[in-house]
Amino acid sequence: MKTGAKVLIEGLLRQGTKTIFGYPGGVVLPIYDVLYDSPLEHILVRHEQAAAHAADGYARASGRVGVCLATSGPGACNLVTGIATAYMDSIPIVALTGQVPTSLLGNDAFQESDIHGITMPITKHNYLVSRAEDLPQVIAEAFYIASTGRPGPVLIDLPKDVSTGEVPEGIEFPTSVSLRGYQPTVKGHPRQIERAVDLMKRAQRPLLYAGGGVILSGADQELLALAERLGAPVTTTLMGLGAIRGDHPLNLGMLGMHGTAYANYAVTECDLLVAIGARFDDRVTGRIETFAPNAQVIHIDIDPAEIGKNKPVDVPIVGDVRQVLAQILARLPPRGSRTGPWLERVEHWRKTHPLVIRDDDLLHPQYVVRTLSELLDGDGVVVSEVGQNQMWTAQHFCFTKPRSWITSGGLGTMGYGLPASMGACVARPGEQVFLVAGDGSLQMNIQEFGTIAQYRIPVKVVVLNNGFLGMVRQWQELFYEHRYSYTELPQVDFVGIARAYGIDGMVVEERREVRDALRTAIAHEGPFIVDVRVVREENVFPMVPAGAAINEMIGSRQ
Amino acid sequence: MKRHTLSVLVENRAGVLSRVTGLFSRRGFNIESLAVGTSEEEGTSRITLVVFGDDREVEQVIKQLNKLIDVIKVSDLTDRERVERELALIKVAAEPGGVRAEVMQIATIFRSQIIDVGPKTVTLEVTGDSDKIDALQRLLAVYGIRELYRTGRIAVLRGQKTVMSEK
Ligand SMILES: Cc1ncc(C[n+]2csc(CCOP(=O)(O)OP(=O)(O)O)c2C)c(N)n1
Repeated sequence: MKTGAKVLIEGLLRQGTKTIFGYPGGVVLPIYDVLYDSPLEHILVRHEQAAAHAADGYARASGRVGVCLATSGPGACNLVTGIATAYMDSIPIVALTGQVPTSLLGNDAFQESDIHGITMPITKHNYLVSRAEDLPQVIAEAFYIASTGRPGPVLIDLPKDVSTGEVPEGIEFPTSVSLRGYQPTVKGHPRQIERAVDLMKRAQRPLLYAGGGVILSGADQELLALAERLGAPVTTTLMGLGAIRGDHPLNLGMLGMHGTAYANYAVTECDLLVAIGARFDDRVTGRIETFAPNAQVIHIDIDPAEIGKNKPVDVPIVGDVRQVLAQILARLPPRGSRTGPWLERVEHWRKTHPLVIRDDDLLHPQYVVRTLSELLDGDGVVVSEVGQNQMWTAQHFCFTKPRSWITSGGLGTMGYGLPASMGACVARPGEQVFLVAGDGSLQMNIQEFGTIAQYRIPVKVVVLNNGFLGMVRQWQELFYEHRYSYTELPQVDFVGIARAYGIDGMVVEERREVRDALRTAIAHEGPFIVDVRVVREENVFPMVPAGAAINEMIGSRQ
Repeated sequence: MKRHTLSVLVENRAGVLSRVTGLFSRRGFNIESLAVGTSEEEGTSRITLVVFGDDREVEQVIKQLNKLIDVIKVSDLTDRERVERELALIKVAAEPGGVRAEVMQIATIFRSQIIDVGPKTVTLEVTGDSDKIDALQRLLAVYGIRELYRTGRIAVLRGQKTVMSEK
């Protein structure tokens, strides 16, 4: 006989899990006892929220399922923000939580919380396991559900008596999973494909609008082929950055609230909008009634519920983005340069409304991002926190590969970046992993310096330190008459904090020091922090004010 | 805006009802009526929901329901030929000699059964569509309804069609 805890770890190994992020406690002791001499690597974080974000960062960087583990009650509740973050961005993680024994369920027992109930609206699916012998099936289903269709987090709640319960030594693990209520459509409907091809052939001003779905399904090659065959420019969402090279002539960068002016103008004037693995989020569309007002819309997504949710669609195509694009490419003949005038118009906007940095000697945050982009030159992974730091990185870093950009998009979780970059580092050993952080966000999970130091996880942290909750301050400046209500942060000695944990770093106060400091960080063997004291009241522009149409931007210079 | 009758076949697993109802409240939908019971197939249950909303909103909710792993099939029966039934138990103030005879007469007209008689009350059981039960309820209100129990509505397609026999 063997215990449920043993079956659990065996199940994880069978799923190909190599590393999990976790934090122990009473009811998971049986699981930790199995981990003690298991080949499964466990990384001890300093807060369970970080375990969930690290699993998420691991998943985004690798394309595999990330796994985190926490004890019942407070441990499980601490995972919630991380699970919700993964849910909003469709990231496959499996969260394991301990639970009080089944005999005490519902009793308000010590460290009991109904994490199954709590996480129902923020998981793709979740389980409260009641018998140890169910574990092989539950684990197989959890990984299958998390990683297929539209990916997402799955939680497994494990009462203590399930972990200690005995099952026969030879208990079988399912090799495949089939669920009646879950059969994602992966191939596009041939008739809709035909209709899409028809519209594409006729379009004069086509635009591809690519989202995180392109990254998740690995459709970057197909996206590029479609763009080139159609002669169509491509704009990406925050989650879609890296789906096409940042320096490709057809790439217009990000659209939406902080998108480029030329991307937003292109949306407004295109006659065919092809949404690919994107969901017409309000941060992208601005006032939805005026979004792509002149366009017919083709919407490709694996999740039928996204199609037509926010914007009426002319051609809905449910399916895996990669397969659908391949189906379209197989039917779409190469065509002449019918889109020449359109591309010229877009190029004109690009020239007249570029993203600019003020040209003076001050230390502008955008300059830091651009310099980092130059130095990394397409290698490695860049992670961000949330706020201005995130938007500047999205705007000014030239991403060249999928899965080279990791950020909390849908939930916008401050404190995501540091733990997520640990996960990315673990998933991609030997590669540069840079976190671009704000001084506010960094302090939301700064305890993870402990984890980074303990395991020598070589994360490089660049703080765009402005002494403000910068993005909120920007809104207060622009829309609340400069009334900076509770958004100023006192100066913190981040390098001092890092040193106390055993991590090296340096402070940068002058523009001319930036390049060398970043070089030092790149060359440094272990983790490193660069605390850059940037211009304090810089704003993210262009900006579409809340509720405006996306071609009504402020701060876009002619 | 109109009333929609949805029939949802689900795996009979712990928590499935709260998944379904939670989804409705989260998306800002009021459930007007809800009925749950086992189906013809072991291990599954059938949930019949009546909700009020415009077609596009309801379509979105149906899609969201379909995303739940434990939901096997969702059918919108709204514009289909169907039979709908609801059951009500109504306890009415009706003293012997006084209005009791009138109440019993009304019961007969509505083909409802008297299932219990007390010193001061009679209890009626009635099945039918909602309109019929509403009408009976209104009539009996005059005498004083002591207690009213209405089940959720259930619905079935007419003829040989079943919700599972179609795509
Ligand atoms: C957990 C959480 N709390 C609050 C917010 C709201 N919020 C969005 S951006 C921001 C300021 C971020 O400040 P900082 O990390 O210093 O970055 P900056 O904008 O200055 O680059 C805040 C408070 C959030 N996104 N997440």
